[in-house]
Amino acid sequence: MNRRQLLTGMSAAFVLAFGGVSLAQAQTVTIGVSVSSTGPAASLGISQKNTIELLPKTLGGLPVNYVVLDDASDPTQAGKNARRFADADKVDAIIASTTVPTSLAVAEVASEARIPQIALAPFAPKAIQWVFPLPHGIGVMSSVLFEEMKKRDTKTIAFIGFSDAYGEAWLKDVEKRAEQNGIKLVAVERYARTDQSVTAQALKLTAQKPDAVFIAASGTPAALPMRALRERGFKGQFYQTHGAANNDFLRVAGNTDEGLVLPTGLVLVAEQLQDSNPSKKVALSYLKAYEGKHGAGSRNPFGAYAQDAYLLLDKAVATVGKKAAPGTPEFRAALRDALEKTKDLPLTHGLNTMSATDHSGLGDGARVLITIEKDSWKLLK
Amino acid sequence: MDFGIFAVLAQDGITNGAVYALLAMALVLVFSVTRIIFLPQGEFIGFGALTVAALQSGQFPRLVWMLMAVGVLTFLVEIGSALRQRRYKPLPRRHLMWSGIENLAYPTLVWVLARGLEWQGMPMVVQILFTLGITVPLGIMLYRVAFQPMAEASVLVLLIVAVGVHFAMLGMGLFIFGPEGSTTQAFTDWSAEIGALLVSGQSVVVLGVSACLIALLYLFFDRSLYGKALRATAVNRKGAQLVGIGTTQAGRMAFGLAAALGTLAGTLIAPLNTVGYDTGFVVALKGFVAAIVGGLASYPLAAAGAVLVGLLESYSSFWASAYKEVIVFTLIIPVLAWRSLVSGHGDEE
Repeated sequence: MNRRQLLTGMSAAFVLAFGGVSLAQAQTVTIGVSVSSTGPAASLGISQKNTIELLPKTLGGLPVNYVVLDDASDPTQAGKNARRFADADKVDAIIASTTVPTSLAVAEVASEARIPQIALAPFAPKAIQWVFPLPHGIGVMSSVLFEEMKKRDTKTIAFIGFSDAYGEAWLKDVEKRAEQNGIKLVAVERYARTDQSVTAQALKLTAQKPDAVFIAASGTPAALPMRALRERGFKGQFYQTHGAANNDFLRVAGNTDEGLVLPTGLVLVAEQLQDSNPSKKVALSYLKAYEGKHGAGSRNPFGAYAQDAYLLLDKAVATVGKKAAPGTPEFRAALRDALEKTKDLPLTHGLNTMSATDHSGLGDGARVLITIEKDSWKLLK
Repeated sequence: MDFGIFAVLAQDGITNGAVYALLAMALVLVFSVTRIIFLPQGEFIGFGALTVAALQSGQFPRLVWMLMAVGVLTFLVEIGSALRQRRYKPLPRRHLMWSGIENLAYPTLVWVLARGLEWQGMPMVVQILFTLGITVPLGIMLYRVAFQPMAEASVLVLLIVAVGVHFAMLGMGLFIFGPEGSTTQAFTDWSAEIGALLVSGQSVVVLGVSACLIALLYLFFDRSLYGKALRATAVNRKGAQLVGIGTTQAGRMAFGLAAALGTLAGTLIAPLNTVGYDTGFVVALKGFVAAIVGGLASYPLAAAGAVLVGLLESYSSFWASAYKEVIVFTLIIPVLAWRSLVSGHGDEE
C-alpha cells in the first residue's frame, strides 16, 4: 500500500464517518422554543427558559435540538420567531409562548404550517387542531375556588383585578359563577400593574363590607390590594388566582397573606402530596434539578409548564418515533395525533388527559387549593 | 362620598403628587438646560429603589457593576474625542487625568466600599446616600456618552436618542436586577389620627422630603452661582456660552440632579409599594404630564401640575378605577390645547 492509497483510504473513511453523522442528524428532532424572557412577562419567561436549559439531550429516545428564542413579550416578535421555526429551522414541534397575545401570534403560524404547538399560556384558540394551550383554564381553577367559598359559607364577595385581559377574563368567570353559586358580587374595582396606590379602590371595596375579596392579578403587584385592604381595616378572607403563586409574591406580601386561599398546579406543594400521587415523583425530580441549579425556593408553576410541555412531547415522540422520520410532515401529523391521545400522563402539575375538544388536558386531577401559613405554601386539605 | 373618604383620597393623591412633583422638576430642569426630553428619568426610580432594597437585604448592589462598565465606556469616549482633536490642540492631559479619576477610580472606590462595609444594618439615610453616590455619577456619565457629542442637535434628534437610552437602560435593568420587584423597609411606623383621617408617617415623610427638595432647588437656582449659570443656559444657550458659562458643565449638572431626584423619588415610593426595574417608566410619564402642565419650563406650575395629577388619579381610582390611566393621560390634551392657544409659537426653534 503506497502513500496515495493510504490517503484515499483515509478520506473514504472520513466520508463514511461524516456521512454517518449526517444520517444521524436526519434522525434528530428539532423543537422550536419561543418564550418571553425579556419585557413585561420576563418574570414568567425567564423561569421557562431556565427549565428548557435543564432538559435532557434526548426526546422520546431520539436526539433533540432545541432552538430557543426570546420574543420580548411582543406578539410581532413571537410571530416572526414562529415563521423562522417553520421556514428556516423546519421544526417538528413548537413550545411557545409565555403570554396569551404572543401565544396567539404563534398559533396562527403553527396552524398554517401544520406544526403542533404547545402553548404555555391559557387561551381558547380559534382553530384548535394544531394548538395545545397546556396551562389550566380559568374554569378549572375558579370552580374549585367557588366550592371552597361555598364550604366557608361566603355570602358576599368583592372583586378587584388588573385592568387588562387577565383581570377581564377572570371577572367574566367570577360574575357567572357567583350567580350560579348564590354568592353576591357587591363591588368590582380595577387597578394597573404599575399602580403606586390602590387606597381609593380599597375604600370603595370595604364600604360594601364583603365577606371575602377576590383578587385577579399576577406576580408581586397582586400583593398591593391585600396590603391596602388590611390597612383600611378589612378583616375578611382573601382569594387569589394561580397568577400569584410564586415565591416573590410571598416575599412582598409580608404578613398580610396569612390564610389566603388560591388554586394552583400540584408542583408548588409537591412535597406535601401523598406518596400514591403519580405526579409526586415527576414533580420532585423536576424540582430537584431546578432548585439545585437556581437555589432553594426558586420554584414556580410557570417554569413547570415548560417541563410539562417537554414531558408531553417526550411521550408523544416515543410513540411515533418509529413510524415516521423527524422533519417530515407525516412526523408532525403523527406527533399531533399522539399528543391528542395523551391519557393519564403524570406531569409536574398533575395528571394530563387530552381529547379532541380539550387540548389543555389539565383538569380536576391537576389542581389543588393552597393556603399560606407562616410565610410558606400549605396544601389545603 | 362623605368627608372621611374625601380626606383619605386627598391625602393619597397629594402623597403621590409629591413624588410626581420631584420627577416633573427633574424633567423641567433637564429640558430647559439641554433641550432633552429625559425619558430615562423613570429608570432611576427603579435603579435607586432596588439598590436600597439590595443594601437592606444584605446583597451586593449590582448597580455598581453597571457604574464601573459605563465608567470604562465614558473614559474610552473621552480618549477617543481627545485623539480626534489632536490635530488642532495638544492632548489635554489634565482633563484626561480628571476623567480617569472620575470614571475609573471613583467606581472602583464605590466597589470597594460596597464590598467592604456591612450595609445591612446601617441607617436608611446612609443607604440612600450611598445609592445616590452610585446613581448620580451614572447620570453624569450617561450625559457624556449619549448626549454631549450631539448637544447642538434638534429637539427631535435628542428625543430619539433619549428613547434609545431608555430602552438600553431598561434592558440593563432587567439583566442587573431580574424581573421581580422589591419593597424596602418603612421609614417610620408612626401614624396619627386627626379627626376621621389616619395620617401615616410614611406620607408625612414623602411630603416633607419633597417640599424640602423643592425649597432647596429654589434656593439653588436663585442664590447660588452654579444655579444662576444653569438658569442662564436655560434661558439662552448661545448667550450663556458667549459670557463664558460652560454649557457642558450645565448639562452634567442637570443630569446629575435629575438622577438624584429620580433616585429619591424611587426610595420614597419603595416602602409603600413593590418597585421593579420597569416600574419607573409609567410613574415618570405621570411626572411628564405634570411637567407639560408647566410648559416644560416653569417649576411652580409643574409642581402644581403634579399635585393635580395625583389628586386626579386618586379620585378617578375611586369613581372609575377601570379608566384611571385614561383619565390621567387624557389630561394632557386640554392642557396642550390651552397652552398652544395662550402661548402661540414663541419657542426658540
